[in-house]
Amino acid sequence: MNSVLRIVLQRLGLGVVTLVVVSFVIFVAVNAMPGDFAQAILGQGYTEEAGEAIRREVGLDKPYFVRYFSWLGAALTGDFGTSFAKANFAAYAGNTAGSGLDTVAASIAPRLENTLFLAGVAAMIAVPISLVLGLLAALYRNTIFDRFTNIFTLSSISSPEFFLAYILILLLAVLNPLLPSLSNVFEGMPFSERFIKTLLPALTLTLVVTAHMMRMTRAAIINLLASPYIEMARLKGISPMRIIVVHALPNALAPIINVIALNLAYLITGVVVVEVVFVYPGIGQLFVDSVKIRDIPVVQASCLIFAAAYILLNLLADVLSILSNPRLRHPK
Amino acid sequence: MTNFSRRGLMKTGAAASVLAATGMPAQSQAKKGGTLRIGLAGANTSDTWDGRTHSDSFMINMGHGCVFDCLTEVGADGALKGELAESWEATADAKTWTFNLRKGVTFHNGKDFGADDVIESLQMHTAEGAKSAAKPIVASIAEMKKMSDSQVQFTLNAGNADFPFLMSDYHLLMMPAGMIEESIAKGIGTGLYTNVSFDPGVRFVGARYADHYKGDSAGFFDGIEAIAINDASARMNALMTNQVDVVNRVDFKTEALLRANPNINIFEVTGNQHFTFAMLTNVDPYTNVHVRQALKYSIDRQEMVDKILLGHGAVGNDHPIGPANQYYAADLEQLSYDPDKAKFHLEKAGMSSLDINLSASDAAFVGAVDAAQLYQATAKAAGININVVQEPADGYWSNVWLKKPWSAVYWSGRATEDWMFSTAYESGVPWNDTQWENARFQELLLAARAELDSNKRREQYHEMQQIMSAEGGTIVPMYANYVDAHSTKLANSGTIGNLWQLDSSRISERWWFA
Repeated sequence: MNSVLRIVLQRLGLGVVTLVVVSFVIFVAVNAMPGDFAQAILGQGYTEEAGEAIRREVGLDKPYFVRYFSWLGAALTGDFGTSFAKANFAAYAGNTAGSGLDTVAASIAPRLENTLFLAGVAAMIAVPISLVLGLLAALYRNTIFDRFTNIFTLSSISSPEFFLAYILILLLAVLNPLLPSLSNVFEGMPFSERFIKTLLPALTLTLVVTAHMMRMTRAAIINLLASPYIEMARLKGISPMRIIVVHALPNALAPIINVIALNLAYLITGVVVVEVVFVYPGIGQLFVDSVKIRDIPVVQASCLIFAAAYILLNLLADVLSILSNPRLRHPK
Repeated sequence: MTNFSRRGLMKTGAAASVLAATGMPAQSQAKKGGTLRIGLAGANTSDTWDGRTHSDSFMINMGHGCVFDCLTEVGADGALKGELAESWEATADAKTWTFNLRKGVTFHNGKDFGADDVIESLQMHTAEGAKSAAKPIVASIAEMKKMSDSQVQFTLNAGNADFPFLMSDYHLLMMPAGMIEESIAKGIGTGLYTNVSFDPGVRFVGARYADHYKGDSAGFFDGIEAIAINDASARMNALMTNQVDVVNRVDFKTEALLRANPNINIFEVTGNQHFTFAMLTNVDPYTNVHVRQALKYSIDRQEMVDKILLGHGAVGNDHPIGPANQYYAADLEQLSYDPDKAKFHLEKAGMSSLDINLSASDAAFVGAVDAAQLYQATAKAAGININVVQEPADGYWSNVWLKKPWSAVYWSGRATEDWMFSTAYESGVPWNDTQWENARFQELLLAARAELDSNKRREQYHEMQQIMSAEGGTIVPMYANYVDAHSTKLANSGTIGNLWQLDSSRISERWWFA
């Protein structure tokens, strides 16, 4: 078990390094975009004088690297700073009350919660469906069912997310008004209502991630079906279903867990377009709004969350695949 | 009158009298109740209740249209009426204005409204460091004096006949004195709806304030729920699937689908919002008035309205005064596409052909680049070669506008002629995007500002519009309509305000569920 612990620690350390690199890349990228916060906020009303004043207030007047390293220093101690919008408002109204914004952490927290809820609902639907479809496709491989499942899931993963979203809205909200097309969840909403409002975006995400997981399940199992021990089981007269679920699946778990973890990460990071289409107040929408006004602290914090989700879920995938594989668990 | 027929007259006459007797169905009695759900574009996570920061539709609607009030209000018919002020009067030079405030008005937290609130609410716009868009309005007030609890006297730096009109500006919200910060934080105003919850860039919920001074004359909904839907398709979907009752900024691409839906009604008004191509008249060749005139005759304005606005607009006449303005010169001769006249003016300028750059970007207005290309095509016939320079959208207002000699511009228009002219066409103002200097124009501007006789002002403003149309440095091809859509469950008085979107952004006050 010690080796696993060592791997985890090693990977966490590397993860932190990755995050620092990511933060730098994001910082450079956001700064490379034409226009800045002052220009975005002032729009047509931009004058050099007002622009300079805003830059001074939010700290954009300082040199590039000074800004990055002071941000990094604070971020390493857990302080992600204040959003430009709030810093600007405070300079303007004399206080920060009523800006509707708090520190970056406080403005992201409720949004992240919403996004995690959406990801959770989507995962609850997508993971069982893809596993079952994958098993069935392996069981009835090369039949009409297999072909149909493949074509359906592959065409849904190949379509852009907003297209899938609009198709679902058309089918489930416009032609058959079963589900609301607007997912404006808010705090204090009863759980059942919240769940129903979340269903359409969750279904869209399900369509996007199913193919990957389902194909991996199918491939991993079919791969094993050629092994001698499966042949032995078949010769014993065990039913095909039992062979797959009891004999093949446990040995196919490692790759399947891996791909599930990757897709879970996608559910958190890939929600941007879906949240905008369904007006879901999650971190993706906040991210889009912040990029629009070049609010660098919020953009950076959001990106770090996305990157951290990928790193942690990848780590989890690796740990689980080690644990599910006795050969890796007890290395010689 | 060849096809005049007595029978026809009888018919229409009879129909009219029947209508008069029964009353128009659209103008049925206002009914109370229900929660109005609005899907709004123009929301930002940086939104606050601070009126100084309001600039986009969400806060214009929820600020002065729901939670807060101004001193005066422009009615749906365009006439000015009192809101928190009951009446006002001016001295003959329009320099000193006395406002009588409504008595017995309370803020949502129970505090009484009075003269101190007015003074403090206005002062915050000129406070040190405040970047209020209404700063020029308040800065024009030399002194604010409290005469009694319900009377305030303003002494202006120079006479301004439009002063009461300016007090209806959506930035100039009345907040409780001594608790401005709290008011900004919690949304405490005197409006028809109290702030129940507000999540910037996401959602606002308001409830009808029970003892409001407007009583039964406005505010028919029990509550308001405004949902920020910046994505156009999502907004249209929300209306189509009955998630909201009304949306702003109809997406022209899906307009036909909305029209096909029997439960949805599209309503549009032509206001002051206009698009322009502004030339710097102090840069060659635009210094030559004949070049400017040649350019005026080489644009097909109707084509712009048809192809860029898809019919949702009206042709412009190269001045910035719109149909929602009081002294709009509707009878002014309409400029039209005439390549021969354009050639004539070009020759007068001593040129046989002209090569110029036109800077455009969709940041100026949606379709600006396409509009510039249409212009390019029509100008060719007059021997004018327009090179369309597509500028980056980011930083357009700081790098292109006012800097490039000829660029596409967007103006939302202003409620009064003087305000519009003095924002962008007065000699020496920072936003004079055509560097417009005209002695007669400037003289009229100053004279009309202090003129209280509205007949004289009408003449003065007409002449100014005429000067701009004939010689000015800006091409105004079109006024863009405010196009919104609502569910047929909603009803209104039949008159829709055209200052801003959604019945001058006062839909929550003026509409009701049929």
